[in-house]
Amino acid sequence: MKRIYVNEKWCLGCHLCEYYCAFANSGKNDMVKALKNITINPRIRIEEHNNVSFAVSCRHCEEPLCVKSCITGALTIKDGVISVNSDKCVGCYTCILSCPYGCISPSDQGAIQKCELCVKNAGGSPACVKGCPNKAIEWVER
Amino acid sequence: MNYVIIGNSAAAIGCVEGIRQVDKKGKITIISDEPHHTYSRPLISYLLLGKTDEERMKYRSDSFYEDKNVTAMLGVTVTKIDTDKRCVELEGEKPVKYDRLLVATGSRAFIPPMEGLDTVDKKFTFMKLDDAKALEDAINENSRVLIIGAGLIGLKCAEGINDRVQSIEVVDLADRILPSILDETGSAMVQKHIEDNGIKFTLSDSVAQFDKNTATLKSGKVIEFDVLVIAVGVRPNTQLVAQAGGAVNRGIVTDDRCRTTLKNIYSAGDCTESLDITTGQERILALLPNAYMQGETAGIDMAGGQKLYDKAMPMNAIGFFGLHIITAGSYNGEAAVIQSGNSYKKLVTADDTLIGYIMIGDVARAGIYTALIREKKPLSSIDFDLIKEKPQLMAFSKRERAKTLGGLR
Amino acid sequence: MPIDFLYPEYEVIRDNTRCITCRVCERQCANEVHHYDKELNMMFSDESKCVVCHRCVSLCPTRALKIVKTDNTFKENANWTGDAITEVYRQAGTGGVLLSSMGNPKPYPIYWDKMLINASQVTNPSIDPLREPMETRTFLGKKPTKVEYDQKGGIINNLTPQLDLKVPIMFSAMSYGSISYNAHESLARAAKELGTFYNTGEGGLHKDFYKYGKNTIVQVASGRFGVYKDYLEQGSAIEIKIGQGAKPGIGGHLPGAKIVGDISKTRMIPEGSDAISPAPHHDIYSIEDLRQLVYSLKEATNYKKPVIVKIAAVHNVAAIASGIARGGADIIAIDGYRGGTGAAPTRIRDNVGIPIELALASVDQRLRDEGIRGNVSVVVGGSVRNSADIVKAIALGADAVYIGTSALLALGCHQCRSCQTGRCNWGIATQRPELVRRLNPNIGYERLVNLVHAWEHEIKEMMGGMGINSIEALRGNRLMLRGIGLNEKELSILGIKHAGE
Repeated sequence: MKRIYVNEKWCLGCHLCEYYCAFANSGKNDMVKALKNITINPRIRIEEHNNVSFAVSCRHCEEPLCVKSCITGALTIKDGVISVNSDKCVGCYTCILSCPYGCISPSDQGAIQKCELCVKNAGGSPACVKGCPNKAIEWVER
Repeated sequence: MNYVIIGNSAAAIGCVEGIRQVDKKGKITIISDEPHHTYSRPLISYLLLGKTDEERMKYRSDSFYEDKNVTAMLGVTVTKIDTDKRCVELEGEKPVKYDRLLVATGSRAFIPPMEGLDTVDKKFTFMKLDDAKALEDAINENSRVLIIGAGLIGLKCAEGINDRVQSIEVVDLADRILPSILDETGSAMVQKHIEDNGIKFTLSDSVAQFDKNTATLKSGKVIEFDVLVIAVGVRPNTQLVAQAGGAVNRGIVTDDRCRTTLKNIYSAGDCTESLDITTGQERILALLPNAYMQGETAGIDMAGGQKLYDKAMPMNAIGFFGLHIITAGSYNGEAAVIQSGNSYKKLVTADDTLIGYIMIGDVARAGIYTALIREKKPLSSIDFDLIKEKPQLMAFSKRERAKTLGGLR
Repeated sequence: MPIDFLYPEYEVIRDNTRCITCRVCERQCANEVHHYDKELNMMFSDESKCVVCHRCVSLCPTRALKIVKTDNTFKENANWTGDAITEVYRQAGTGGVLLSSMGNPKPYPIYWDKMLINASQVTNPSIDPLREPMETRTFLGKKPTKVEYDQKGGIINNLTPQLDLKVPIMFSAMSYGSISYNAHESLARAAKELGTFYNTGEGGLHKDFYKYGKNTIVQVASGRFGVYKDYLEQGSAIEIKIGQGAKPGIGGHLPGAKIVGDISKTRMIPEGSDAISPAPHHDIYSIEDLRQLVYSLKEATNYKKPVIVKIAAVHNVAAIASGIARGGADIIAIDGYRGGTGAAPTRIRDNVGIPIELALASVDQRLRDEGIRGNVSVVVGGSVRNSADIVKAIALGADAVYIGTSALLALGCHQCRSCQTGRCNWGIATQRPELVRRLNPNIGYERLVNLVHAWEHEIKEMMGGMGINSIEALRGNRLMLRGIGLNEKELSILGIKHAGE
């Protein structure tokens, strides 16, 4: 299965992945319209410290603690992709408590949000990967 | 293989999903005294709050039983486990045979003896969907609600109905709220926040006597109310296993494969005891994630697969009126407290490991802390000062990140 | 700053209706042109720091940025141009030599663009390279003049060592130090994939790259940095660098600040010491001296590797080349006056040397006239910009070409000509780790391979059009070229007819 892999050796800390993520999940067709004058809330986040940086997004674990812990059944794994049914989610944050990588965050709409590999938006393949200028984030079969 | 599951909540569903990971064909029967499709019990407060509805409360989709090839006998009560005949006896139905049995009977609300309780007309517990519906029918915008118990259930109930009643007063014998998951600072912080939302507390006190719509407390304080909710605690449903001769302490005794002391009988969820890795003690960890994972472990083992349930610990993610709280583990160790603005954080360490934490307000990425506890990560192997500041993968070594993020094997 | 004589030449134009204040421009500019103002939630730029490298323009996700030439102008003067005036101001302010980098940007004639390539019509068929084999393989090295037999009548292999190129394109010398580790890795991996060669320049060879030795040309220059036994043995050929097109007649200077860590190890000089390459090799003051070095290197490597002598294209290039051919070199590399550099005095870069096209034509002719063309292969560089330039170079007599600037462009270089600052925003001409990281060799090598493959396709198309199916048959085939807009003298030096003749 294709997975997101991050190589911090090549991460520039440019944060473009965050912006492409926020745009891809905005439902809007223009980046300016989607992101102008807002504080973005992307599903992928850059960590940076002392010249080291890397992007962190859902690992889509084979044994997902978030899915097992979800009290509503809103988080499910299908074909290796963990996605959230925000209609069911009540925002209890048990998934935030459970995710060992800190990849689930509150969404602006009250439920939680996480990387769904852009399967639900118009992108088709992960926008962060397409937007990374240095192949620090790859979506590949290994 | 013929699997029978008593119960229809998280542990039972976990068991079904566990069995089906290994055995696609075996016959599975779920027997539950509740007549509902599997639903998530912790959601009943959200139901009253209007954040969910009965349809969305379903823990799994409508087609779940069909998809997993499960026979669901709902609204049917199990009266006895017959270990000789390897069957469970039912109320008003023929016994059902099992090769492997899961007891996932959960817990029930505990109602302590209180003088004059029988004079109270509208009194409720708050555990099940039917409890929530009954409470909903009983309240209106003029209701004065008295809740006995300032624990998770009592307070979630309070939040759930706060906008729909005239007033809520919470009484608890303890001197602070949520004592099982918070420290004193945390309790005070959360109490303040809940009070700011209009709920009153009377702590270190308890009801001496009820007389219809009046409760007289031990301190002499008198509270007039229209609706009473009793949320002082729960008791595990251990009777079936106890009667069949299985070991029961406070909860049903299980091992790390979720087996009871009875042959071919497993148990999972709120009715069981499991090993808390943060204290090394067997205790009831009545939490939905634990129930699911116990159930899954049991299911896999029942079907002949391999899985251990050996990473249990107390953990809670809960929120009141927009203030989020995440806690895990135990707090008996060296504490580091970080307080900023409206956020509070306490990390508790012992023997070079994190054993517990409390986060109130900013709970972002709490799971990174949980994982430190779960994996008993030696703190000397990470940059603890960095991770203390906020949960981050930066605190781990490059090599570890290459594994978790980069796919290095 | 009471008087600022230097008005920024370029302006950073930001379309604030498009800018989403993502701050990627700010994060990616090592020159600190951009900054974010929290109060106004707006980005601002200081164009006086801008080197026009286009890093921000290329990464801006909403295309909110562009760089334009300022229309602030001096009073028009065809003689005292804005550049000329500004340079005086600059030197009056600093008292220093003007430094610059990359190749000569002045509007001298570009002879490549004054030559046209032939194609077959009717009298001989053109060839479709997609249907028929087309040979681009080239061997560089001395070619034997006759076939020799042993007593039994078997053929004696009298071939001296050759470089075997799948395409007649090599990456020219760029040292580790002048360019980054990642740039080197990209070149090395691309050379391997393409079946050609890259060149270490005078910076030694990092041990990590020994594994690309079969595709490596190791250079020996006047500073002898990094030269030792293993180094010579690693490469497939050894290049003696006499001169460089961008700065003929002068040496090199890599400041001590850049001699750190691996660079110092690879160059084999102490950290922090300036790496000064003298203007001449102080053991070469004559062709005879050169011959000694050529044979010393051959001796040191058991006559297993061809030796290249690289010179800048200067006025007497033909005679010098003749001497080199007689001095025992297997390959002569000539670098034209537009050749790139990491740093050169501006006046030298812009005023010294001659065009490679003319140098090549005269060298090839001279060697033929003297009957020694077969003694050496000729490789040319110094602004080979595309596949047509290559076809023309080969038709003028080159065996292969060196590309440097084009290769750097493929790696992302935007020709801002600020290599000497060491703050290359593209991770090429820098040693700052946070900047070097910007060039991922996985991307860089792929882009180089793409470029050369694309050119190879085009070369085959052009050869096919001429009815030629091998590079051999194109080499020195000046009948395939016609001049356009050239005078008699130029045509005679190039050895080609005018279009229409």
